[in-house]
Amino acid sequence: MSQQSVLYDVPGPRQRRLTLIGSAVATVLLLVGAYFLIYRPLNDKGQFSMELWGPLVDPSNENFSLVWDRIGTGFQNTLTAAALAIVSSLVVGTLLAVLRIQLKSLTRRRFTGLATPLSYLLRGLSTLLSAVTRVCVEVFRGLPVVITIFFVARGFPEFGVSFDTLWYLVIGLTIYNSVVIAEILRSGMEGLPGGQAEAAAAIGLSPLQTTRMILLPQAFRIMLPALISQLVVVLKDTSLGFIISYEETLNIGKQIIGVLDNPIQVYVVIAVMFIVVNYALSKLAQYVQRRLSRGRKTAGTPAQDPPPAALMSQSESTGQGI
Amino acid sequence: MRITRVAALAAAATLALGMTACGGDDADEGTGAGSKSFAAGSTMERLNKAQAIKIGTKFDQPGFGQKGLSGKPEGFDVEVAKIIVKELGIPEDKIEWIEAPSKVREDVIVNGTVDLVAATYTINDKRKERIAFAGPYYEAGQNIMVKKDDTSITGPDSFKDGTKKVCSVTGSTPAEEIKKYVKDVATQLVLFDTYDKCRDALKGGQVDAVTTDNVILLGYIAKDEASFKLAGENFTKEPYGIGVKKEDTDFRTFINDTLEKAYADGSWKKAWDDTAGKFGAELGSAPTVNRY
Amino acid sequence: MSVLIDKFDVFAGGFWLTLQICVLAAVGALILGAVLAVLRISPVPPLRAVGTGYVNVFRNMPLTVVMFFAAFGLPALGSNADFLRIPVLDSLFSRLGTDLPYFRFALVALVLYTAAFVCEALRSGVNAVPAGQAEAARSLGLTFGQNLRYVVLPQSWKASIVPLGSVIIAMIKNSALVGFFGVVGDLSQTADQLTSAEGYAFVPVAIGISIGYLIMTVPLGALLDRIEKRQAVAR
Repeated sequence: MSQQSVLYDVPGPRQRRLTLIGSAVATVLLLVGAYFLIYRPLNDKGQFSMELWGPLVDPSNENFSLVWDRIGTGFQNTLTAAALAIVSSLVVGTLLAVLRIQLKSLTRRRFTGLATPLSYLLRGLSTLLSAVTRVCVEVFRGLPVVITIFFVARGFPEFGVSFDTLWYLVIGLTIYNSVVIAEILRSGMEGLPGGQAEAAAAIGLSPLQTTRMILLPQAFRIMLPALISQLVVVLKDTSLGFIISYEETLNIGKQIIGVLDNPIQVYVVIAVMFIVVNYALSKLAQYVQRRLSRGRKTAGTPAQDPPPAALMSQSESTGQGI
Repeated sequence: MRITRVAALAAAATLALGMTACGGDDADEGTGAGSKSFAAGSTMERLNKAQAIKIGTKFDQPGFGQKGLSGKPEGFDVEVAKIIVKELGIPEDKIEWIEAPSKVREDVIVNGTVDLVAATYTINDKRKERIAFAGPYYEAGQNIMVKKDDTSITGPDSFKDGTKKVCSVTGSTPAEEIKKYVKDVATQLVLFDTYDKCRDALKGGQVDAVTTDNVILLGYIAKDEASFKLAGENFTKEPYGIGVKKEDTDFRTFINDTLEKAYADGSWKKAWDDTAGKFGAELGSAPTVNRY
Repeated sequence: MSVLIDKFDVFAGGFWLTLQICVLAAVGALILGAVLAVLRISPVPPLRAVGTGYVNVFRNMPLTVVMFFAAFGLPALGSNADFLRIPVLDSLFSRLGTDLPYFRFALVALVLYTAAFVCEALRSGVNAVPAGQAEAARSLGLTFGQNLRYVVLPQSWKASIVPLGSVIIAMIKNSALVGFFGVVGDLSQTADQLTSAEGYAFVPVAIGISIGYLIMTVPLGALLDRIEKRQAVAR
């Protein structure tokens, strides 16, 4: 640790020695514990046998290429679903955020210059619309995504619309994530200093133009790390495809397990795959965040309170954004 | 693993056969559009013209419908479906297999996602309200699998005292059936999405029994005879049928004819011997097709 | 629509079970998450590594995988999670003490998974305390523990409460997965059971189940919004 935290003093020689001894003892204890509590029981049950691991790790195993072919297909399906879901959630989410901001500004408008009943009607209408979108957002944000996917997959055919399972998954994920993204963007836009919108109005931009040209680009910039984190969420959530028989990684894993009877081994491999990809993604989110906070700091880009100072050094060295 | 390979070889062989048939050497077994004549406007004609068919089956049922490492489903249901497809004059590689787990089987037929379902599909009256069945092509019966050394469970009645725990699959007939015997669902019943999870739970001691159709259980016992056995006799009759749309009587009759033909010419027995028959279940005589 | 009335007891039972698992998992995740957060900011490098490793592993794995390891990995380790048969609690939450361990397994999975996010929420709260506070405390000679206890944590919990709330809401939603891992009778498994096995019409069941989840998530969300707004004003 070259950087030091503000929470404690730099350890002195005695403290360092104590830490070293303590760590060594703790490590030994952990290893012994792992040996007796994890390795021994698993080994007794033969979970480390090559018969179970071979098809996954030994290229000379007769099933190795078949198994990895299948896992590859599954992973490809996972990525396809995730990519489609994130793109459509971004599009829908942005539209939804703009819609909500617009409706909100509409409800505040007085519609002067129109006949009184008409202006009341317009105001009532915009309030109603605003409330409806708000309710939709709350409902879809409050429902588990499993349930949304399940409802989409069972509900659409009920009304005579049927697609590939891929699309049920994408639609289900989009419904949930677009609402989340809309909220991220909306809070980004609302967090901008009021001067931005006022200045835009002063130079004669319409509310829609203001949103499109002034607010949205800034909100995207500020919220980019949050948006990338949402990508991690989407990628993890594609694993729910197994509920509707979409052949993503976990579902393929299930099929492989059915043939080879090595559930723990297959799941370990799948878990590692997810961890690696998602870890890379969250690293990317962090990198983007750092570049953004280092990037051009004109008066117009209010870097939300500079990343809270206290433990910044640590969060960077230990590899996790806030 | 040998089994898988043999099956894959067999599949490749049949595929090759199908292709030569396409070449036109064998006029009788020909496939291709118009290779067989069916009544105009019938489902058979439509499928034959389209030279494509979608079939719902299970992807996780050893011996009946299980997706192997090759990515192709294998098993008795699959073979029976192939017999029907052949009779329709469609080559085997034109089949699109769609996973149809227990709980969505009626839906996929009603919605038209698949043309037929062959998926250890028990014929019963409740299902007949929404769809129609051809067959049966096999008659199984619900049974209970326990650990080899367990003598405390002798049949479904053993669950009545409320201590024995049992596992089955969500949305399946056996799961609903066993609820009649179980005293307290919350403390006695576990439901998973596949039977191998149930088997693992039984092996690990989390549950005392797994219940479903005997043939499925026999498949697990065949793989691990040292650990499991059946407890007692079958306590239900589960005739497996081919699910089709409710109003499609012509197609149903066609499938029934095809099945009877397959009973007679030995292709049905061969399909059985190549797949689930290896588990040691008795085939018995072919069930009588029920043309209700 | 009659299914909502006919089967009201089933819906209510599902709601109660989901609520039970959520309450227990929330408590467990808060405790474990707090421990992890302390590990992650502690002065001892190996402890930090353990905290960081834990968070990286569990945050990046789908909950489905965690659930699987709890339901099938723990038995392979020879455990039925019996340590969760806590004497008084298990009479209150009846499923905790049953012979059937899947409620406990699901609980373990939810706690392990959610704790990673709780840890991050707490840490972001600690991060929000101005550096001068901790520095001043240090210059007074407070140790790491004292610094946390008397200076940083009392200030940070305010900043943590909104992110923590979001984590708990997410956890309530995630609990919908337990029905796929052997817990019979929670809200999501009820939906499955009623529509597929018992053949009830889809739409009314969907509405009933949705209401069940929304009762838990929406008020909590609204509460968080209010706290957030109040904090924004206060700042």
